Amino acid sequence: MTKTVSTASPPAQAPLSGRAEKRRSRHEAPGERSWRRNALRRATPWLFLLVPLALLVTFTYVPVGNMIYYSFTDWDGISPDRNFVGAENYTELFTRPELFRVFAVSLYYLAASAVQIAIALFFATVLSFDLRFRNLFKGILFFPYLINGVAIGFVFLYFFQDGGTLDSVLSWFGANSDHAWLGSPESANTSLAGVSVWRFTGLNFVLFLGAIQSIPGELYEAAQLDGASRWQQFRNIIAPGIRPVLSLSVILAISGSLAVFEIPYIMTTGATGTSTFVIQTVKLAFQFNKTGLASACAVVLLAIILLITWIQRRLVPDERVDLV
Amino acid sequence: MGKKTLSAALLATTMLTVAGCSGGGSANANETAAAPANPDSVSGTIKVLTNRTDLVQDGTMKKYAAEFNKTYPKVKVKFEGITDYEGEVKIRMNTENYGDVLLIPSVIAKGNYPKFFAPLGNTSSMKKTYRFTDKTNVDGKTYGIATFGTANGFVYNKALWKKAGITEWPTTTQEFLADLQAVKKKTGATPYYTNYKDGWPLSTPWTNGVGSVSCDAKASDELAGTDKPWAKGSDLNTLDTLLYDIVHDDLSEKDPTTTNWESSKSLLAKGKIGSMMLGSWAITQMQDAAKKAGQDPDDIGFMPVPAQKNGKSCATLVSDYQQAVNIHSDHKAAARAWIDWFTEKSGYSASQGAVSALKSETMPTTLQGYVDNDVEMVERSEAKTAEVNAIDDASEIGLNKQDYRQKLIDIARGAQDGSLQDYFDDLNKRWAEARQTVGS
Repeated sequence: MTKTVSTASPPAQAPLSGRAEKRRSRHEAPGERSWRRNALRRATPWLFLLVPLALLVTFTYVPVGNMIYYSFTDWDGISPDRNFVGAENYTELFTRPELFRVFAVSLYYLAASAVQIAIALFFATVLSFDLRFRNLFKGILFFPYLINGVAIGFVFLYFFQDGGTLDSVLSWFGANSDHAWLGSPESANTSLAGVSVWRFTGLNFVLFLGAIQSIPGELYEAAQLDGASRWQQFRNIIAPGIRPVLSLSVILAISGSLAVFEIPYIMTTGATGTSTFVIQTVKLAFQFNKTGLASACAVVLLAIILLITWIQRRLVPDERVDLV
Repeated sequence: MGKKTLSAALLATTMLTVAGCSGGGSANANETAAAPANPDSVSGTIKVLTNRTDLVQDGTMKKYAAEFNKTYPKVKVKFEGITDYEGEVKIRMNTENYGDVLLIPSVIAKGNYPKFFAPLGNTSSMKKTYRFTDKTNVDGKTYGIATFGTANGFVYNKALWKKAGITEWPTTTQEFLADLQAVKKKTGATPYYTNYKDGWPLSTPWTNGVGSVSCDAKASDELAGTDKPWAKGSDLNTLDTLLYDIVHDDLSEKDPTTTNWESSKSLLAKGKIGSMMLGSWAITQMQDAAKKAGQDPDDIGFMPVPAQKNGKSCATLVSDYQQAVNIHSDHKAAARAWIDWFTEKSGYSASQGAVSALKSETMPTTLQGYVDNDVEMVERSEAKTAEVNAIDDASEIGLNKQDYRQKLIDIARGAQDGSLQDYFDDLNKRWAEARQTVGS
């Protein structure tokens, strides 16, 4: 024990602590002292973790536990009494295929996230090289992610309005489209998915940029000396170098597409065939007072996302990146 | 050691959480919130929850409280304006802390009123003084008093309709459609505005029309006993077909998915929109919008649902939010005093151009047109509201929610496949199935 203490403590502090030890040793038995020190040392990380852990448990695990509990009751969300109904909610959920039909809407968002990752990757690569106004462009690309989702919903509502921003911009180019962008299910879902690309590209971009910049610079120099083109540099240095971040982005994209909520909820409240699984769940809980059934929906969504993530990890294992 | 600390921390948190959830205290379940006999005898601070954030912010509510204090000097009234009233109060009602006086959220099942609110008196005697007592009557006791009532109908721009050559109210839905057609052709205005995006103007305003078509106060109650609410000739069928036809015949706005309620008010006042189905409460708001837009507020008109029974038009009269006393309140007498004063003396309903909850009060000036034209006011019976709501929830149709009429509009404008009849059949089927499950 003492060995670890002496090696662990920085040399500058060693004489100080030694003196303190001497002073204390006059009053306390050596065994007791080391026990206390020991206990305190061990407890220290937990003391620091106390607040975050308390927050985590209170705001994540207790609510999730409650949700799972509600999913086995017929609670309506308000009534003081709730009855335990066993797996009835789950049976109802799985015998009503129309509840799962809304996952089709997620395909729009899945396609959009492919586009989003491609765009983010492109800009991250381009901006990792020396360019004029590099930082300005980084800022511009990341900016949308900083805006609150509700605000984005409202802004784009005006954007897509009949004769709104999009229509007037298009009219500058002579395209007098006069199109109701949110008018039909296909066009509405595409528009909404477009908004989500606009919003989340910045996040992917920053993740990719960070990963690319962690690749040692000598590699590029060496490649350039060997006469590698930008595309070859991307293929053989950047792409393998950021693989873990890339696969993380794909996982986030899939779970994100399954759980789309705020943009379609604020802009269309799920009308015109833009309802997603989460919107449907919210409506079950708060419009039709079926909190039990809605909780079951939420549990099922959680299970689906965990399952997909697990499968993905099995298919694409997390390899160590070894470039040199 | 480490593990022990962790489990101790977890235990402590869990205990804190559990303690936080299960608030103690017992409710005096059957204590009636009676009006105090002597105004000086009541004291305390009461909190009033309201959805009228505008009136809290502009100080109107404070003025009411000051007036109230002239009679009840020892009661201090505080207000809490809540923007998302329904959503927020519903969740707060899981605790005991939901104000002393509150508006009964519409999601609370009628049967649960005794668990949340103190009774205000026996319905049989309350009925003599107040309108709409039916709505909160549970087992012979009344739990809430309406802030005001509202009549159902179409808000329209008189000047615009005159320009289109229409001076008489339409008496059939066909006539109404022809009139909208005329408005479109002769003025170029949008004859009808659905407010599809904001949604709520598609829900209660239309559903409140149940009873206006058949002139039957019990039309809404009867939904509890039918398997086919959308059968031909029924109120819902007539109303929803009318909405379908309006949209299908291109008599509504071009892009319904990006409508805006606030701007629709001034559009109607300026004569760019012909009409909207709303409650009579909307008239004063439209008149305000007209004043702001520099138009004549007298151009705002209100007409009944275009359907007549025995040569007479009808309009359902329904209650808006009802004020109730929290069963956990420590100042029930003061809370009741506030409700009584607010209903009887504040002049609130008159300022809103709405129908007072007091039977002794006459119809407001906003409804003068109805009075002059002998429109029959049908006070909607709420005897079976609880059952209707239960079936409605089970069927996931949402008579007072926007979704099903949004879909109706989508079908009408071709954004979704299907025909009106198929949709009605589907709704009927879901309603019938839900009746089975709720009944069992």
